[in-house]
Parts: sequence; structure tokens; C-alpha cells
Amino acid sequence: MNLTLHVWRQKNPQSEGRFVTYQAKNIIPDMSFLEMLDVVNQELIMNGEEPIAFEHDCREGICGSCGMVINGYPHGGHRGTTACQLHMRHFKDGDTITIEPWRARAFPVMKDLIVDRSAFDRIIQAGGFISANTGAAQDANTILVPKQNAEAAMDAAACIGCGACVAACPNASAMLFTAAKIAHLGLLPQGQPERYTRVVRMVEQMDKEGFGGCTNIGECAAACPKEIPLDVIARMNRDLLVAKLKGVN
Amino acid sequence: MAAALTLYRTTIGKKAVMAITGFIGYGFVILHMLGNLKIFEGAEGFNEYAHFLRTVGYPLVPERGLLWVVRIILLTAVILHITAAIQLTRIDWASRPKGYRQIRRKQATFAAMTLRWGGLAIFLFIVYHLAHLTFGLGIPNFGGHETAYQNVVASFSNPINVVIYIAGVGALGMHLYHGVWSMFQTLGLNGPRTDGLWRGLATLSGILLFLGFSAVPVAVFTGLVR
Repeated sequence: MNLTLHVWRQKNPQSEGRFVTYQAKNIIPDMSFLEMLDVVNQELIMNGEEPIAFEHDCREGICGSCGMVINGYPHGGHRGTTACQLHMRHFKDGDTITIEPWRARAFPVMKDLIVDRSAFDRIIQAGGFISANTGAAQDANTILVPKQNAEAAMDAAACIGCGACVAACPNASAMLFTAAKIAHLGLLPQGQPERYTRVVRMVEQMDKEGFGGCTNIGECAAACPKEIPLDVIARMNRDLLVAKLKGVN
Repeated sequence: MAAALTLYRTTIGKKAVMAITGFIGYGFVILHMLGNLKIFEGAEGFNEYAHFLRTVGYPLVPERGLLWVVRIILLTAVILHITAAIQLTRIDWASRPKGYRQIRRKQATFAAMTLRWGGLAIFLFIVYHLAHLTFGLGIPNFGGHETAYQNVVASFSNPINVVIYIAGVGALGMHLYHGVWSMFQTLGLNGPRTDGLWRGLATLSGILLFLGFSAVPVAVFTGLVR
């Protein structure tokens, strides 16, 4: 199949950037979206041009590196799918595809489709540590975790930090990401000692990074390739309000 | 107290203020709508109700005492709701300096996407509504609360007022369709088990309040109430 691509090209964080049109020729429907870009890049390299920069690592949907807005949807808009797991069979021969980087003040564009997601790392850092005893590990069965809590914590922990929630949110809010991190620790016994200081610190850092607020629109959860549910946000709100009632600052 | 102030510094804290003040407004519009339906009891019943609102609690509290307590609570709620909304909107609008060439929404509702504009429409409607039916602007032979029934009939005999009113309560219905559910989500009172309940309550509130409020102008205009 042959496709027309409109790709955002930007030399560096300071430069203006613009859309450039490319032709992707002889694309096999079984290729992933990133493999299609690899084919285009190969041709660019052969012609002595700068290849399109995009982030990628595992290419199996679990690292969170790849991320681009494809035809208006983060990761292309297929349920539970990252860009690397999006296959070209979802497109038709002759299609035109617009490819843009995540857009948010807190995610400055580094080059082409690559944005700086360090803001997420700083939110995680602000959360700090969990208290854990050193020495020999205790018997696993001594810490009881209700099955439904274990499941919900695991669902939240599936967050790969790709930033699609921020990209999809009309306010570029990082609430779903931050809430997922809060929920996966807050639901487990090991996360209890620092539960309330953690939520206060992480929310403070989230706001400081310049993300917008939440308007409960739900685009984040709809765009999330790991299908993190919206109710983790309610959980974070509750933890923050309880923390403040307890006088945690 | 210090914690409450630091809470307000966060976006979540501002939203909590919006949720609580929104809840006050929500309670008010329900009672207001139920009160309006007394128009169907006729002039005497409706005007007596208007009089009751001024004397309720008397002689334990001064005449109009409770009325003013409620008015002050409502005015405070409206001011806080709008202040927080403006502050949050400024933060939200600053969060994406460069937009997308193409962005598509997967599940955002029209009500959710237009909440701010709907809120602005409701604010303008309240200003008009107070000027019109409380202060008598544009009502011939306005007699204050003593002739509440006659004021309503005089107002809605004019189709312009009917259209403005229905548009205003339409905006209110849309605002509640997203706002009522959002209120529980923001205060952390939502979870997988309650989501359907709050979603249902929000939908029902939006529809019933729209219909309940609209019944009065429609009844007057069609001559059912005169």
C-alpha cells in the first residue's frame, strides 16, 4: 500500500517546526506503524536527508517510549494499543495520515515527534519512597492483600508513562498518570505509611510542571493504551482531600 | 485551616470548591423548580408560597431572616464557583500553548466540552432573570412578590421571555448533565460501583430540571396558566 504522510518536523526545541509531506511506498499491511516510519526513514537516509526522529524502544507496547498523535488520536486511537502495536492493516491504500508530537507546555518538543517527558519523572520522584524493612524478606503470606485490591493496584500499575493521557486531554492534564501512580501504591499495604504525604507531594509537583486541571471529560482514559480507568482520579482526589483534612502539608 | 488554604493552591482543591459550591447550587435549583410548580395551584397558592418564603421561621427569626441567610449562602457559592472556574480556566488554557493540527475526541460529551460556555450562559441568564422577575425590569404593572403569579403570567405572555427562559434552563440542564456526575468524581466519592449511579443521577437531574422549569413558561404561553 502507498500512503501520504504529513509529519511534524522540528530541528530542535528552539526552532519553529512545520509539517512536511512524505510518500510511504510499498508498505505491507502487517507492518507496525513504527516499521512504516522505518521504511520512510530508510529512503530519507538513502537520499541524504535527515530521518524523522521518533522515540521507540521495546516495540511490544510495554515501555511507553513511542507516542505520537496519528490522525488526531494519540497512538492512533485503537483500544489498548500503543503506536508500535498499531498495524498498517488499519489503514487503506492511498490514505493520508497526519503525524504530530504530543502537545503540552509540560512536554516540550525536542525534535520532530520526540517530546521531553521528564515532568513525569519529577512527579514520580516527588512521591518519594515507601518504607520497607531491610534484611531477609518476610514470608509473602504474612502480608494479606484482598484479591480485588491486588487486581485494582495491578490495573493502575499497568501505566507505562507514555503521556497519551496528557496528549488527549483538552487541558493537557496529567491527572490520569499521577492518579495511576497514587492508586497502585495506595491500594497495597506497603504503600500505606506514606500514602498521604505522597499524594500531597505528587499533586504539588504535577501542578508545578504546568499541566492543566481535570475537567472530568474522560478523554485520557479513552486514549490510554493500558486502559487505566477514570476512577483512579476519584481515588486521588479523595486521598488528597483526606490528607488535607489530616493536616498533611 | 492552613491545610485548607494549601489545598486551594492545588488544581484539585479549586475543583473541590467548585464541586461543593456546585452542590449548593444544585440543591437550590431543585427546590426552586419544585416551588415554581406551585404556579399550577393558581394565583392564591403561588402568591402565598412567595409570601411564605419571606415569613418562614418567623417569629423565631426576623421576617425575611431565613430568606437572607439563604441568599447570602447562594451569593457566596456563586462567587466562589465563578472565581475557581476562572482561575482553573486560565491554568487549563495555558497548558497547551501550541495546539494540534488535527485532534479528535473519543468520548467527550457536548455538555462536558462546553461546560465553561454553558456556565457563562447561566450566569448571564441569572442576571437577566433577577432583573426581570425579582426587580421587575420589563414587566408591566410589576407588584413585587405580592403579585408573583401575575408577574410570571405577564412575563411569559411575551414569546421573547419564553425563548430566553427555555434557553437558560436548557443551559442549566446541560451544565448539570456533566456537573452533577463531575461533582462526585471531584470529591472522590466515585468508584467503579457508584459510577453508573452518579451518571444516572446527573442525566435524570438535567432532564427533569429542564422539563420542570420549562413547564411554567410553556403553560403560560399556551394559556394553560393565565
